[in-house]
Amino acid sequence: MLAYIFRRLLYALPILIGVNLITFALFFIVNTPDDMARMQLGVKRVTPEAIEKWKLDRGYDKPLFVNAAAGGVGTLTDTIFFEKSVRMFVGDFGRADDGRDIAREIKARMWPSLAIALPTFILGLFVTVSLALLLAFFRATALDFWGVVLCVALMSISGLFYIIGGQYLIAKVWKLVPISGFGDGLDAWRFLILPVFIGVVSGIGSSTRWYRTIFLEEVSKDYVRTARAKGLAETVVFFRHILRNAMIPILTGVVVVIPLLFMGSLLTESFFGIPGLGSYTIDAINAQDFAVVRSMVFIGSVLYIVGLILTDISYTLVDPRIRFS
Amino acid sequence: MSDFQIVVLWSDILVWLLLAAGIGLGLLISRSPPLLAAWRRVGASRPGMASATVLLAFVLVGLLDSLHYRPALESQPGEQTQYAIEVLSVLDALVGPLRTENEKTYSSPLATHLHAKETTEVPGVGTVREFPRLKFGGVHLDDPAQRGGDVAMTALRAVGLAALVWLALAALVAARCGGWAAVWRGRTRFAWNAVLATLGAMLLVLLPVFLLAGDYHVFGTDKVGQDVLYQILKSVRTALIIGLVTTLVMLPLAVVLGIVAGYFRGWVDDLIQYLYTVLNSIPGVLLIAAAVLMMQVVIDTHPEWFATAAERADLRLLALCFILGITSWTGLCRLLRGETLKLRELEYIQAAQAFGVSNWRIILRHILPNLMHIVIIALVMDFSGLVLAEAVLSYVGIGVDPTMTSFGTMINNARMELGREPVVWWSLAAAFSAMFILVLAANLFADAVRDAFDPRAA
Repeated sequence: MLAYIFRRLLYALPILIGVNLITFALFFIVNTPDDMARMQLGVKRVTPEAIEKWKLDRGYDKPLFVNAAAGGVGTLTDTIFFEKSVRMFVGDFGRADDGRDIAREIKARMWPSLAIALPTFILGLFVTVSLALLLAFFRATALDFWGVVLCVALMSISGLFYIIGGQYLIAKVWKLVPISGFGDGLDAWRFLILPVFIGVVSGIGSSTRWYRTIFLEEVSKDYVRTARAKGLAETVVFFRHILRNAMIPILTGVVVVIPLLFMGSLLTESFFGIPGLGSYTIDAINAQDFAVVRSMVFIGSVLYIVGLILTDISYTLVDPRIRFS
Repeated sequence: MSDFQIVVLWSDILVWLLLAAGIGLGLLISRSPPLLAAWRRVGASRPGMASATVLLAFVLVGLLDSLHYRPALESQPGEQTQYAIEVLSVLDALVGPLRTENEKTYSSPLATHLHAKETTEVPGVGTVREFPRLKFGGVHLDDPAQRGGDVAMTALRAVGLAALVWLALAALVAARCGGWAAVWRGRTRFAWNAVLATLGAMLLVLLPVFLLAGDYHVFGTDKVGQDVLYQILKSVRTALIIGLVTTLVMLPLAVVLGIVAGYFRGWVDDLIQYLYTVLNSIPGVLLIAAAVLMMQVVIDTHPEWFATAAERADLRLLALCFILGITSWTGLCRLLRGETLKLRELEYIQAAQAFGVSNWRIILRHILPNLMHIVIIALVMDFSGLVLAEAVLSYVGIGVDPTMTSFGTMINNARMELGREPVVWWSLAAAFSAMFILVLAANLFADAVRDAFDPRAA
């Protein structure tokens, strides 16, 4: 198994290099650093000196790929590509525009993100799988029909509405929880309840419907008929047979997002003032802090690839037919 | 000299091209019996046709809003005509007063007074703090107290008119489709009863709204006093363009690369798989954010490219569609690749190969038609997601140009309003409701299409 994981990690390397090249092209070749400087400094009152200083501050004054002036190893290492892109592989993301070390910032901010995303994920999965089981159990009845109608209606509502409406109603009108903010340690739960609740509710529509289709696909298979023919109770058929077999397609969609939970949610965190990675990204987008956005793109892809590997491993845990090969 | 100068925005061209493509596709489909049969099944589905009616209304608004012109400014005889810098559309001309009758600031739906008190100087009395009358909303009333009766009367008239229009339409349908009973019991092959019921509901809601809109601000006004109903109407085009043009970008990429990868396999397949795995592994929002940030730099450093603000906003909208398309083709591509891998092993393809039919001919004649159902399902399924995504992206600040009216910018501008005392809810409520109706209709339609086309569902 270790050998398998190691091989998968090796496969992941070219993908990461691809991501790295794409972001590099996007950030440094589509626009020159001069363009970025002009944009950030304001197009009108910009002097050549200000541009040079802006580039020097960020290390963008070097050549893109080849620095002939540096000589020796420096020809390849003292360049924007090496400094800004290659060094990301060892976890060096450079500094944000406010001068702080991005890697440090990310380490500090991923915990608040996780504090919201993990409970939302687990609760959401539990609620939607249970609801989907319920609908599949009562398939082709009025409950199923109206349940699906409700799901379609719920998934047609904008995610922004859940957040804005929920925050207004629960925090402002009913005053059950603080409107926004974050606390240290165990005190944080007061701030976490509302975002987690909203996160779970906003996911109900689409996930429930999706899991219901998966369950219904299993229901019509032969082994289910065999189980019923043996005289098993419908509940046993559902929980012992269908639920277990439906785990494989469910896992495909679910395990891959687990590592991405570290990234947090852009919307939730910015609305509730949670100092996580999501709000970090949004602030960086609004302040046009290119270094931070670049780092987040890279980390996001790393986490996604880790998620893919985890998915493959999880298959072998739930399905004995699949072995590492 | 003419009274106006026609302006053709890039997105207008694409909208009309899309319409032409849609009609062309319709003609093609009518020649292919299996696809025609599938569309007949969609036509027989009641939720499908009810939602299609609603979608058609949205599309109509979007099309009217895609014919642009610049009105001529008043000039002395003999002088050369100058045209306004503002780009208007046919929709603007049709709704006329909605666009121009702007109040000073917030006013609630159907109000006659502003939402907030203002200090005014009354000669002989001194300064008074009161709710000032609106400049346009309900000005025809001598006494604001008459508002309730006036609104009720107008609404009643509109309902009467709606009933008449509806009865005329229903009679027309009944006459053509074999009588009332056949239509109502659902014995027609096309789900006319669903269409008529939806039309009735729409007439009952829309006619009163538009009749009242002549005298009032039916959905209130926003911070700068602009009519919210007008903003909703303008947002429809943005939402439709995001939903449709994006698929136009995504479709060729996904179809060509997916089929080529699946059919030729080997290094082509490896390369294409590598490409979409790389793109897929970058979280969508972040890739969009990075691309949009870079696009902003390009637009901001080249102000000389754009003659009017509308052109800049328009190009930014198209760039956003392009970026969304680039980031969202991977899913469909993988699906098509898998399906092509299966198809190419089938006997009729091998027979074609044995006969020496060229690869491209096999792809065009034998593989592509057998993938059409996947493409059509993916197209309709993606639309609603894109409309919702636009709102989120505009909120995050990486969506459409802030000067362009869209559901996202409306929500973004209104987001602090729930914190005001007394609360301003109508902008948000109107934007969210309109978006909900559009997305719900799109979702229901997509379900009907999927049920009709998916061979597994049959």
